[in-house]
Amino acid sequence: MTSLTGVAGAGGVAPETPVRPGRRGPGAWRFAVLAVLGLYFIVPIGASVWFTVRDRRNGGVTFGTYAQIPGAEGFADAFTRSLLLAVLTVVLSLLLMVPTVVLVELRLPRLRTAVELLTLMPLVLPPIALVVGVRSVLAWAPDYFLNTPLADAFFALQEPALPWILVLVYVVLALPFVYRALDAGVRGSDLKTLTEAARNLGASWPRVLVSVVLPVLRTSVLNAAFLTLALVLGEFTVAAILGFETFPTWIVRISGSAPKLSVAVSVLSLLITWALLLLISALDRRRGAKENS
Amino acid sequence: MERGDVRLSTGTAAPVRDGDPSVAVPERASRRSGRWARLLPVLGMLPFFLYVAVFLVLPIVVLSVEAFRATDPDTFEETWSTGSIAAITEGAYRRAYLGSLRLSVICAVLGAVIGLALAVAVLRTRRGRLLRRLVLTASGVLANFGGIPLAFAFIATIGTQGVITALLTDTLGLGLGGFSLYSMAGLTVVYLYFLIPLMVLTITPALEALRPQWREAADNLGASGWQYWRYVGGPVLAPPVIGATMLLFASSFAAYATAKALVGSSVPLVTLQIADALSSNVTVGSENLGKALALGMVLLIGLVMIFYAWVQRRTQRWLA
Repeated sequence: MTSLTGVAGAGGVAPETPVRPGRRGPGAWRFAVLAVLGLYFIVPIGASVWFTVRDRRNGGVTFGTYAQIPGAEGFADAFTRSLLLAVLTVVLSLLLMVPTVVLVELRLPRLRTAVELLTLMPLVLPPIALVVGVRSVLAWAPDYFLNTPLADAFFALQEPALPWILVLVYVVLALPFVYRALDAGVRGSDLKTLTEAARNLGASWPRVLVSVVLPVLRTSVLNAAFLTLALVLGEFTVAAILGFETFPTWIVRISGSAPKLSVAVSVLSLLITWALLLLISALDRRRGAKENS
Repeated sequence: MERGDVRLSTGTAAPVRDGDPSVAVPERASRRSGRWARLLPVLGMLPFFLYVAVFLVLPIVVLSVEAFRATDPDTFEETWSTGSIAAITEGAYRRAYLGSLRLSVICAVLGAVIGLALAVAVLRTRRGRLLRRLVLTASGVLANFGGIPLAFAFIATIGTQGVITALLTDTLGLGLGGFSLYSMAGLTVVYLYFLIPLMVLTITPALEALRPQWREAADNLGASGWQYWRYVGGPVLAPPVIGATMLLFASSFAAYATAKALVGSSVPLVTLQIADALSSNVTVGSENLGKALALGMVLLIGLVMIFYAWVQRRTQRWLA
């Protein structure tokens, strides 16, 4: 800014100093915005923690509610089921999307728009509408296919102990996040040049995949995996509508009889999700630092 | 690169064919591998398209068709009917649609305005790298913090037994001033908790793409701050801001978990009505009603997306 005034002064006319209103000012509105929003975002978390640790009878602080969590009825089942569903979803969506993203980038760039649009659809499509559709399809088993292998397959998908149908739907819900994470990794790494170099040096396609593509995509694969884990651990709509008990539906079920416990579990699940997502941003930063150096 | 290879191999191999047959073998092999090389990627894409077709497109198509089916309450016979579709346009269902639309529009606009203000405030802070990183990281985390835990965090804060409620009523004697968490306004406050960070996340790249040079050029030409935003910054930012607002609208329109945990079904919302219709085993045909309600949601979101595409085209043309 200072150099500009010198240039403008060449005409001999005193230049109007281009001071932007608000830019040089004290910027009070900025601090007001930051302070108010800071409070808005911190208070609910602080209050929930206080809600669970305050001891109403004796005063002071107690962690009794948190100690109850592991032994709470149904907690272990619901939580391990959610964790298992999350891991299966991660594996399946990576198996599905890593080859797709790599193929689109290297061999079929013409399909990019189509894949992009399809993967973005679950972002705007209400999950509840999707799950109503899934329920309608599942209802075909008793209605039309009874006593056929297809019906048996449908029923197997809905095993309450490990409902595979949830995994299949969660992969769809995770598509936008997985695709974008992988796509960013592919674009940022100039995969095309790397694979061409490897091919010119005589590497076979499988070897290129294992020794070039996967190492390049490692960070974005981890990124996609953590986002999917967080998504599945918190997913409520699909599980509730299809009538399976997962971690979030369990929290709602116990909230009536044990409000304090449900808040404590919420705080805990919040911390787990945050740890996962903070890990992503730490990975991102490390990658950014590596690229800058 | 692959296509070049193929052309090269057939080009050089053609004259050899009539000569020594032993030379022609690699030619045939390379042609076969060329065909494979073209076919393999297409085969590799099949799982993705099949998956999307079965688990995304099929349920929506089935939903759209079966919304027009009806079950006779006495004979349980299924017929084609527009009864469910007609039913959802009136009474409680109509109110639910209007309630959902109103809540989503309010949340989207508020979330967009506040999120934009926060993003601008953070980006404009000088020597604010730490602050910027903090806000962006926190946004990444909070934007994913929806659903059940969020609802319970707010219940613990400003619910009937909440910590802040107790503080305001018992200690300060103020009360919440008629505000109830279990209402439309309460839902707005809760939804904004993940919508504002979502806005910050989506709009920050666009704000960073605004080059300082444009501002300097506008300043040098004597433009006021208002003129800069009216003729330069605004038009450049309009498409991403509108896009992000649409995303917020879609998120709040589709939100079910938070509403379910907070208000049960006391606030008219489509998602709650759908869940009610599906879980009721008493009324025959309520399943079809749920499908019709869901189809309505899909169509409304489709309309919003068409409107969005139209706005994007308009603004693109304007920019060009």
